Amino acid sequence: MNSIYQEIILDHYRNPRNAKIIENPTSQISLNNPLCGDKITFSIVEGDGVVKEVGYNATGCAISIASASLLSEQIIGKTKDELKKIDKDYIIDLIGIELSPNRIKCALLPLEALSKVI
Amino acid sequence: MDIEKIRNNFPIFLYHPELVYLDSTATSLKPKRVIEKEKEYYEQYSANIHRGIYKIAEKATAEYEQTREVVADYIGASDSAEIVFTRGATEGINMVASAFTEIVKEGDNLVATIMDHHSNFVPWQQLAKKKRAHFAIIPIREDGLLSVVEEDGITIDKTALSKFITANTKIVAFPAVSNVLGTINPVEELVKAIKEINPSAIIVVDAAQAAPHAGVDVQKWSADFVVFSAHKMLGPTGVGVLWGKKEHLKEMQPVQFGGEMVLEVNEQDTTFKDTPYKFESGTTNISGVIAFKEAINYLRAIGIDTIREHEKELVMYAIEQLEEKFGTEIKIIGTKNPQFRAGIISFSFETIHSHDIAQLLDDKSIAVRAGYHCTMPLHNHLNLTSSTRASFYLYTTKKDIDALIKGLDYVRNTMQK
Repeated sequence: MNSIYQEIILDHYRNPRNAKIIENPTSQISLNNPLCGDKITFSIVEGDGVVKEVGYNATGCAISIASASLLSEQIIGKTKDELKKIDKDYIIDLIGIELSPNRIKCALLPLEALSKVI
Repeated sequence: MDIEKIRNNFPIFLYHPELVYLDSTATSLKPKRVIEKEKEYYEQYSANIHRGIYKIAEKATAEYEQTREVVADYIGASDSAEIVFTRGATEGINMVASAFTEIVKEGDNLVATIMDHHSNFVPWQQLAKKKRAHFAIIPIREDGLLSVVEEDGITIDKTALSKFITANTKIVAFPAVSNVLGTINPVEELVKAIKEINPSAIIVVDAAQAAPHAGVDVQKWSADFVVFSAHKMLGPTGVGVLWGKKEHLKEMQPVQFGGEMVLEVNEQDTTFKDTPYKFESGTTNISGVIAFKEAINYLRAIGIDTIREHEKELVMYAIEQLEEKFGTEIKIIGTKNPQFRAGIISFSFETIHSHDIAQLLDDKSIAVRAGYHCTMPLHNHLNLTSSTRASFYLYTTKKDIDALIKGLDYVRNTMQK
């Protein structure tokens, strides 16, 4: 048995970091993946040229929630230019597991949200 | 029915003895004799059909045409000229939609059901849109039966039906068996009731799940068109059947032009062959069609009624086990009555996404389907973002269902928050 549901994924799925709604975000976006019903509302607060705060409300599979949580930990204190460098490979490294083409799209929805709010 | 003996006919279990295959609704496994037949063509008489004037071409043609006879016999068609080979059910529906585009005018009415597979839904929706016609959708009731069918699963509520079928109705599409709910619709009764309201409405029945699991009887059904795919009934991929009433097929213009389907080509004009050949342009999936008859012969040797009884037993057992083990945590979609239900069970857990369920079941070599199963309108109608589907066939055992229950327990424990 070679499960992709490693402890790190399950940990972030059960206890997603930064999973909160931000009252007055600088920028916010809602996205969904109609093929599997995953949804995310992603918000950031900017100040002094960097991201000060991040929050999101996500529903979906464990991979998409864990991806949002892991990504959120990488954002605070970074400039927009730094955030623009986060790409698909970065997310795959972050998650640390191999995903089939069918599941990669679950992991990439939070990244798409990030690229739209910055 | 000796299931162990049947399973020995399916080579995939030699390669994956641990496999618990519960996705036959997507595609069935293939018995050795189908695979061997396809190989036989390539090894022994791999010539093109209908045109070669030499022995192996004649052999290939005879084998190909023999399948047409076998299909006609299997579905009760009176004339094998009513059997058109396609690439699959989807292509058959689209051929009908293209051919009947001209009869649909602005303000007309096209009808489908909420339980239709996208392939028997989108073509009609798009045709209606293009022609500014109405697109009416027959809903389902709580129990998974069509809203125009009464609780006994057979009687048609004609008052309810007349809200959808009018004098302006040009096309009515519905599935004989739903690929998600498993609901077996009373095709014969539906066709009769629709024709009573509007005798000229063209009725298109998607039999992709009925042909493998419940049987098809085109005489009794008396619809205008019936489609299905070989790969869901033990046959090869890339082969399907469009059955149509001969008068329709004769009138219908070919959808694709090319070689094989013409009688005479002049510089400015072409005459076409008669049905079914005018619809089979180019070189078709010859090996697939040839091997398809082995699938039908295999099914017939066991008997569709025997398979149906086996699936009924599995459905009863699975519903009972799922409810006993997971109680209110699980939502089983559709009727609980195996009388109107083929071997298909879709379900959802409120707190666990179907992708997680399917992925974790795969850890235990259990193959199920997760998502919309090509029925987005149905899932929206049921207020579900997705579901997990387990489907059965003649090689499915109670042990497979026990494995599913155990697997779901593992899913639940893993995903527990």
